[in-house]
This record gives sequence, structure tokens and C-alpha cells, in this order.
Amino acid sequence: MRRAELIFAAILAAFSIYLMYMAQIPPLQIGWVPKKGPGSGAAPFWLSAGMLICAIWIFWRGWKGATPQGRSTEPFMDSYTTKMVAVTVGSIFMMFLATHFIGAYAAMFLFLLFYVGVFGKIPWPTTIAVSIAIPVFIFFLFESGMKILLPKGMSEPLFIPLYKMFVY
Amino acid sequence: MELLSHLMDGFSVAFQPFNLGMMALGCLLGLFMGAMPGLGSVNGVAILLPITFFVPPTAAIIFLAAIYYGAMYGGAISSIMLGIPGASTAVATTFDGRPMALQGKADFALVAAAVASFVGGTISVILFTLFAPPLADFALRFGPQETFALMVLAFATFVGLGGDDIPKTIFMILLGLVLATVGLDNISGRPRLIFFDLQGFYKGISFIVLAIGIYGIGEMLWTLETSRGKVEIASNKFTFKRLGEALKELKRAWKTMTFSSFLGYFVGVLPAAGATPAALMAYGLAKSFSDTPEKYGKGEISGVAAPEAANNAASTGSMLPMMTLGIPGSPTTAILLGGMVIWGLTPGPLLFIEQSEFVWGLTASLYAANLVTLMMNLALIPLFVWVLRMPFMILAPLIFVLCFVGSFAPDTRMFDPWLVLLFGFVGYVMRKLDYPLAPLVLAIVLGPLAEDSFRQSLISDQGDWTPIFTRPLSGIVMGCAALLFVAPMLKGMLRKNKAKAASGEQS
Amino acid sequence: MTVTRRSGFGLGVAGAAAFAIAGAMPAAAEWKPVKPVEFVVMAGQGGGADKLARFIQSIIEKNKYAEVPFIPINKGGGSGADALRYLKDNQGNDHVIMATLNSYYTTPLRNPGIGVNIDEFTPIARLAEDTFVLWVNSNTDIKSVDDYVKAVKEKGTAWKMGGTGSGQEDSLVTAMLEKAYGIKETYVPFKGGGTVAANLVGGHVDSTVNNPSEAIGFMQAGKVRPLASLTAKPIEELKDVPTFKSLGKDLVYRMQRSVVAPGGISPDVAAYYVGVFQKVFESTEWKDYCKKNALQCSMLTGDDLKKYFADEKASHEALLKEMGEIK
Repeated sequence: MRRAELIFAAILAAFSIYLMYMAQIPPLQIGWVPKKGPGSGAAPFWLSAGMLICAIWIFWRGWKGATPQGRSTEPFMDSYTTKMVAVTVGSIFMMFLATHFIGAYAAMFLFLLFYVGVFGKIPWPTTIAVSIAIPVFIFFLFESGMKILLPKGMSEPLFIPLYKMFVY
Repeated sequence: MELLSHLMDGFSVAFQPFNLGMMALGCLLGLFMGAMPGLGSVNGVAILLPITFFVPPTAAIIFLAAIYYGAMYGGAISSIMLGIPGASTAVATTFDGRPMALQGKADFALVAAAVASFVGGTISVILFTLFAPPLADFALRFGPQETFALMVLAFATFVGLGGDDIPKTIFMILLGLVLATVGLDNISGRPRLIFFDLQGFYKGISFIVLAIGIYGIGEMLWTLETSRGKVEIASNKFTFKRLGEALKELKRAWKTMTFSSFLGYFVGVLPAAGATPAALMAYGLAKSFSDTPEKYGKGEISGVAAPEAANNAASTGSMLPMMTLGIPGSPTTAILLGGMVIWGLTPGPLLFIEQSEFVWGLTASLYAANLVTLMMNLALIPLFVWVLRMPFMILAPLIFVLCFVGSFAPDTRMFDPWLVLLFGFVGYVMRKLDYPLAPLVLAIVLGPLAEDSFRQSLISDQGDWTPIFTRPLSGIVMGCAALLFVAPMLKGMLRKNKAKAASGEQS
Repeated sequence: MTVTRRSGFGLGVAGAAAFAIAGAMPAAAEWKPVKPVEFVVMAGQGGGADKLARFIQSIIEKNKYAEVPFIPINKGGGSGADALRYLKDNQGNDHVIMATLNSYYTTPLRNPGIGVNIDEFTPIARLAEDTFVLWVNSNTDIKSVDDYVKAVKEKGTAWKMGGTGSGQEDSLVTAMLEKAYGIKETYVPFKGGGTVAANLVGGHVDSTVNNPSEAIGFMQAGKVRPLASLTAKPIEELKDVPTFKSLGKDLVYRMQRSVVAPGGISPDVAAYYVGVFQKVFESTEWKDYCKKNALQCSMLTGDDLKKYFADEKASHEALLKEMGEIK
């Protein structure tokens, strides 16, 4: 935990410097424009400078052990947590990626099938019911109710008859 | 007395069976839209606007206003049950609403939110009836300087809200303010902080994306970790007895609710502000003036009641500049405004005189919509509680899917869900390391307003910043902000001294 | 009387436009959308362009001008950069169209980074042009443009002109005014036209160049006063207000309200959409709307519209260069 605290503070400091660099690329001005007040880069630049100071301060406090995280000797993530986070973030990542190809509904279905059934170890009949019910619910709420079209990818042709029935 | 007869005429309009039906339908639709993260009154009103061309204007505005109202109530539901603020106005509701739900008191929190919304709505509609035209004139006196002062005041109220770690709290506020500047600058029209030249950043980072990422995914990961996947939100069956107990507990928050309603209404009336700073200030002030501020953030019922009363009052308030000045206080009122124009009503100073039947019909329907939504909300609590009792390994992926579609919906682009995932992961790491998340989310909401109004006032005053302090109105607001800044510190010092004295006596 | 003249004019133009596309009409029957059409709006929810797009959508829906719903999608981010980019990425997509405003020209010019060239898009129809008028608060003594110029010269750069974001329409109009009269003002950018008008009434700025629809309510309440309009002919709803042209300065600026489609769609598809918007233009709802909001409504399609876009783009480029906003 202590190492994570210090490394994260260092990353934040680096990120602040990157933001400061981004905020001063011309034509953004970080100084005081006469009669106009601060330039358009001023707010992000000086606020990022403040972030940098805070990040250093956080690092220093962590180093001295002034925060509970700075003193903690527990590992940042135990094996259960690592697995849980990796599976969750990974499967959501795959769902988004799949959306670009097979569309949101198919991606959602696969995600639910995996997360509820395989990872959550919920009995399969329930899993399948949930994996079908949720996308159907979302279709009716978003497409026919709110007229918000979710991406369909290559599954588009399947939806054309559904539009006729529910969206018009 | 003229007022009363106007209002009576209004009620006779509002209680026509057809209008009443439209109102009930609108409330119900709004409630569900508001409860869905990513969707809100703005979607509902925008989508349903065309439908209203088939009904008379008065019925149409009643319907849309009911959706608006219902969604304001509904925003709290998502905050309490899922921990995801569905709209920026409901951020403050999560502070205590979520802890209450985790303690198995979700129904109490929902009752508190519904009742507080009702109180806020009703008080504000009464104020609306009594003081619409003079307040409209007052609102006009708010220029950029005053708006900036108001933002400072909003920031001052949440100084006390962060964690105990000062550098981390400041860091998060600053990060929120910087993320708010991403995209095209409103004042100069230039692009700022376009990371890796990605087109998606031109639009900026919206509140909803950050909130869904941090609360929907980040907090959910945290919950999964701490509970090892075995979350038990032990909720009792919601019965009349529970309702009675909840109301009893809520009784001690009545002062907070009343005060928050007044506050919310006045903040809502100001053209630039709206319901988010109102809810925030209400929460901050409730905490500052409470005898037991340490209970806030850990499931204090007043902490749910204060922001909910304020945000509902503010949404009524923001209808006032819309109708009397033609300035929308929020995107939703902007669409309502568009609707009024299309129906052939001209919002503006003359609306109250020329279209009094319409105005009073609407006012009366606001009274009624409040009552209808309260009833509906209470009736639906058992359903919401039932959802919470689902096995967590079904509830969690359901929330992830809702995060996905909810973040996609506002701008219909895949860029936003990807950002949500990134913020979710970073937010989770930050949560683990005790970085407070609420200041970040609030800073991204208030940041653009604060920066724009600051620069507008400097441009109009030729680079001179003193008018922010010397103009009478903004001076007063700045003074209040300064007091608020100092108050928690003074109070904290006093308490520390007391505690020291007490521990001294003990030892 | 003015009304009859007006509607006569409208009908004449509509007739001409109908004639112009008559050749393409039979083809329109050959292509029909098979799914909901995305109607992209270059502005956020609640803005002027958004209200207009939703109004058009409601006309289409109410009168059943199309077989499928037109679904407004707001992509207002980055002064429309998001919408422009979306249209480019949907090259060849038959089910996307976009409602435009003048940021259609200025945003790609000011942000070459988004990589959009509007010449690639397919013009569908121009439905209207919005006008600009110079306004002051009515508690001042300024009654004419001459008074105005005198007052600005006295006050110097402390004179505050309110408007929408820098580089957007209002700032261009202000730059034109400054140049024509040899004056210098401080331009204060706000978020939307409604806020600008309210700041004028509240006395936080000294003048604005609001669209009539944004300020007419305040005028009727006696809070603001129009001085002159930036139109070729006087605006009917403000008939006592002179044009800058009649005062000897060639100041004309208009905000186009058009519809475009992505590039790479077939002529049949374009013809279908032209047909739909032709019906919108001829509807009584649209005519009433034009009148109420003091819009100048005339329809332009096909090559005429293409030429119109090219001319406007060139003149905006010149304007922006003059202001030093682009190189």
C-alpha cells in the first residue's frame, strides 16, 4: 500500500506536468492579457501547477508516513482483488470493443452471460433469463421509448424489422 | 385576492380529467427516466416534445412540467440505490443516501428524498405564486461578477465536505477544475487540452461521464472488493410501520428542509446557477449548522433531505427566468422554452399578462404534480427495495450495462463509454488510496461556470478584478463566502479545544 | 398588407424551388429510408438551432412527411466540431442528415485539427436565414445609429458589446460594425443568445447584436431598443427600424438554417431528403414560425445551395482573417 501511494503520487505529479505542458501550447496564453484578464491557457496551466504542488505534498506526506496509506504494509491488491478487478475491467473492455463490431445488444448479452454465469456462478437458467431480459428491457426503454439508437454494428439488418414494429 | 382567484382558475384548468391524466403519466415517466443514470428530464422532455403538438398547449406544458418534476424526484432514486448520481443535481444526495442504503435503510432514504422533494417543491411553488415578477427583476441584476461570486460561495460551502487529507482534497478539486477546461474554450473559441489529438476531446468531458465512471464503475469495484462479492443490502420489507418510523426520523429534519427549500428557490431563480449549486449549498450549510456534523456522510437523514428539498425548489425557481425573461436556467427549461415558442406563446415579461390562463394553469399543476409525484414515489418504494434484494452478482453487471448505455445516450458516441471505463479504473485506485471523489465531480460541474464568469467580468471591467468585491450584490455574496470559509475552521478549532479540555479532564 | 406581400414572396420562392427540383422528383420515389434517420444538430439541447431542428422534426412527424421517424441527436460539442466530424465519419450513410448554422463554415476554418472539409458534404436544403439587429437598453438616450457611434466614441474601449462565444456569429458582426464605423468596443462573450439579451436588460453590457427572436419579447416590454438591422431589406416585424444599408453602410450578415447530408450518398437519396424538406418548407406551421421569429424564409437546394455554401465559406474566411482569428 505504501508503495502504491508513493507511485500513484508520482504518476499524478507527472500527469500535472503533462497538463501544464498541454496548457501552454500556442496559441493558448497562460499570462495576463492586458485589458482582457487571463488568457485561455491560464486556468488549466495554473490549476495544474497547483495539482503538481499537491501531488508533491501528497508524496512527501506518504514518505513521512503521515497518512494511513503511507504506513500501511498490506499489499495494495490481494489475489482476490487482482482477479476481480482484472475480470471486471477486462470484460467491460471486451463488451465495448465487441460493440464496435457486433453491436451493443449482442455485446451486452455476451457480457452478461459471462459475468453472471461464469464469474458470478449464478445457475445457468437464471443467467440466460437475465442475459436476455436486460437487453430486451434496454431496447424498449432506449429505442422505442427514448428514441435513442444504440450502435448495432453488423447486427443492423436484424433490427430493421424490429424498428418497423416498435420504433416508428 | 386577485392572486387567489387566478390560482383557483388555474386549479380548474389543472384538474380537468384530461390534464390530470397527462400529469400523472408525466410524473411516472419522469420518475423512471430520472432514476436511470445517464437519462434525465432533458431526454424525456426533448423526446416527448413532438407528442405534445397533438394536445392543447396547456395540457402539453403540464405534461412536460410533470416529467421535469418526476425526473427531479427520480434522480434521488439512482443516487440512493445505485450510488450513481443520475444527474449533477443529485450528487449531494449520494453523500448520505448511499450510506443509508448500505445500512439497510434505503427505504428511509427514499422516503426522506420523496418528502423533502415534496416540501421543497411546494414551498417553491408558493414562492413562485407570490413573488414571480419582482424576483425576475432581481435576477436581472446578476451579471458575470455576481455569478462568479455565487460560484465562490458554492465552493466555500463544500470546503468542509472533503476528507481529512487536505492535500488530497485540494488536488481533487483542482483536477476537476482542470478536466472541466478540456475542449473548446467558450470565451476564445480555441481548443484546449486535446489529449493525443483525439477528436472526442473537442466536446470536453461531461459531468455525466465522470460521475458514471467514478460512481458506477469505480465504486462498484470497491464494493466488490470489500464485500468479496457477497454484498447483503439487508432491506426490510417496506410496510406502513416502516413508513411511520421513517417519517418520525425525518421530523427532526424539518427545519433543514424548510431552510433548504428557500435557499434552493432563490439560487434557482438566478439565471446562471440552477439546481446543482443549490443542492450543494443546502448540504454544506445543513452540515455546518448542524449540532452533529460528524454524522453527515455516514447516513444522516438530514443529509438526504437538505439537497433534495433544495434541488426541487431550484427547479421550480429556474422556471421563473424561463417564463419571465426567456432565459432557460437548465437544458430542460431551454427545451420547454422552445416548446412554448412553437405553441405560439412568447416567453418574456408580457407572458404573465397576456397568457395568464396558461401561467396559472401551469402553476396550479405544479402544486398538483408535487402531490402526485409524492404519492407515486411512496407507492413505488417496495419495488425499488425489491430490486436491491437481487443477488449482487446480477445487480453488479446490470449496473455495468446501465453505465454503458447511460454514458452512450447523451451524445450517442462510443468515445464516452471508453472514457467511463478509464475514469472507473482510475477512480477505483483513487478510492483505495483515500482520495475524496465528491470534490472532483462537483468541481467539473461548477468549473466552467466559474471560469467563464470570472473571465467575462474581467473582460467587461477591462482587466480590473476589484468590481467583484465592490459591486454591492457580488460584494455581499463574496462576504458570505468568506464567512463560510472561516466558519468550519473556527468551529473545528472550538471543538478541538473543547475535546482537549475534555480529554484533559479525563486524564 | 405587409403580410400578403410576405406570403406572396414566400410562395414565389417555394414555387421556384419546387420547379428546380421537379426533375429529380421521380427518382425520390425509388429510395426510401429503412430505419430511423439520425437528425444531427450542431448545437446542444435547448439552443436556437436545437429548437429549430426539433420543430422541423415535429412538422415532419405531425404531417407524416416521412415514413420513418427523424431522431434529433445533439452533437453540440466544440462549436459543432463533434457534429461535423460525425458527419465525415458517416460518409455514405444514407440515414444521417444534419441541421447546420454558421459554425458550419467557421468551425472547420478555425480548427483545422478536426480534418473536415465541408465541400465534401451533400447539400440538401436551406430553409431560412436568421437576421441580426443592433440593440441597446431603452433607458439610454441612444435613439439612432449616429447616437450610438457617438456614445461608443465617447466611452472608448469601455463600451461593452455582449454576444455569443468568440469567433461565432455575434463576434463577426461586431467586427464588421467596428470596421464600418471606425470604432473599438470590448466584446464580452456569453454562452447563449438568451443570456446575452438578459445581460443587456440588466445593464451588464451596453449593446448587443441579438437575433430578433431573442430580443423581441424585451422590446415589446419596453426594455430594449433596436437601432438598425443587418439585412438587405427592413425586417417586417421591425418595420420602423432602418437597415444599415439604408444608412449608407453595406453591412449585411445572416445566419443560415440548412440541412446537409454526408458525402458519398447517391443522388436518389439526396432527392428523397430534398422532397421531405420541400414539404416542410411549404407547410403552414413553417410559414407561421418564420413570421413569428422574423426569419427570412426562402428555400435553396442543389447546385444553388452548393454555390451559396461556397460563397459564404469564402466570405467567412475573409472575415476571420481580417479579425486575426486565422492565418
